[in-house]
Amino acid sequence: MSDNPIQLLTEPASGEDERLAALHAALVTRASAESSLDVTYRLLDSPVGPLLLAATENGVVRVAFEIEDHDRVLESLGSSVGSRILRGGVRLDPLARELDDYFAGRRQGFDVPLDLRLARGFRLTVLRHLGEIPYGSTESYGEVAVASGSPRAVRAVGSACATNPLPIIVPCHRVVRSDGSLGGYLGGLPTKKRLLALERAA
Amino acid sequence: MKRPFEQAVTEHGAVVLRVCRAVLGPTEADDAWSETFLSALRAWPDLPDDANVRAWLVTIAHRKAVDVARAGARRAVPVAVVPDATAPRADQPEEALPDGDLWTAVAALPEKQRLCVAYHHVAGLPHPEVARIVGGTPAAARRAAADGIARLRSTYAPHGRVSTHV
Repeated sequence: MSDNPIQLLTEPASGEDERLAALHAALVTRASAESSLDVTYRLLDSPVGPLLLAATENGVVRVAFEIEDHDRVLESLGSSVGSRILRGGVRLDPLARELDDYFAGRRQGFDVPLDLRLARGFRLTVLRHLGEIPYGSTESYGEVAVASGSPRAVRAVGSACATNPLPIIVPCHRVVRSDGSLGGYLGGLPTKKRLLALERAA
Repeated sequence: MKRPFEQAVTEHGAVVLRVCRAVLGPTEADDAWSETFLSALRAWPDLPDDANVRAWLVTIAHRKAVDVARAGARRAVPVAVVPDATAPRADQPEEALPDGDLWTAVAALPEKQRLCVAYHHVAGLPHPEVARIVGGTPAAARRAAADGIARLRSTYAPHGRVSTHV
């Protein structure tokens, strides 16, 4: 240990990390209580990799796969929802439990409140319909287009799925090509395959 | 500012805590840190994207530290002079950090020196920025920081050695 005061002043004190963690947790609690937060988030380990879960006061606003780049997703939430964003808090604990149950095959749908503000217009219409595709079954992009009231908007259905802010919860993985091939997936095709296999097996 | 506020806490939380500790001592540092970041969170969306976040946080911490010190002064009889730089302060008996003597020595500095040491050496802000926060000229801030460090070298020498680093 140095006895140079300049150096000592800038060194971490013992127990500083624990202290900062406690201060951070208290900050999230106080900020939530006075509604100063736009978004809170947490990570969840899952069979399809770490998931970023983000919520506003109204509900879950974003679920993101690792390949979407969690840092970029948070930056984008800062612009689109608001930058008063903190990690932690209890708001996302119910969703984390429901997702654990889903991946364990014990749950087929989600009961947490959703905040769909990141989707608008036709994309929002598509997402609303996706929630009606039953667990374990699939629809083609064309069928979704018909069900969403625009039979010719097959490509727009594809982009609605590709920009789904709430994958897994809003089950865009249940949309496949009419020839039975998988089509695309914002979480990567192996993830789509895995989710469909999970639902078939349960 | 459009970046998530969490980044500001991650990048600057530890430094702001050390600044609060240098200015207020370990016990009241936590309160000042909490007030600083709660206040910063509220104002975060209005901060320009190119702002110097650390300097902004330290400026808020300075105001909060003044508030916390005033509240403390209302509760307790203020001690005008800390008689012995190495004696633990009576209001911080629970702190038994290995570098506790250093913080006692910092606490014993005259206020302007303590603030300039905290904002320049602990927070790493340039002297003009320090002067903007504490008042006075950049040259005066530089002198106060240098005087503060010189005094620390004489009051804080844990093993009887005096560093020659300048």
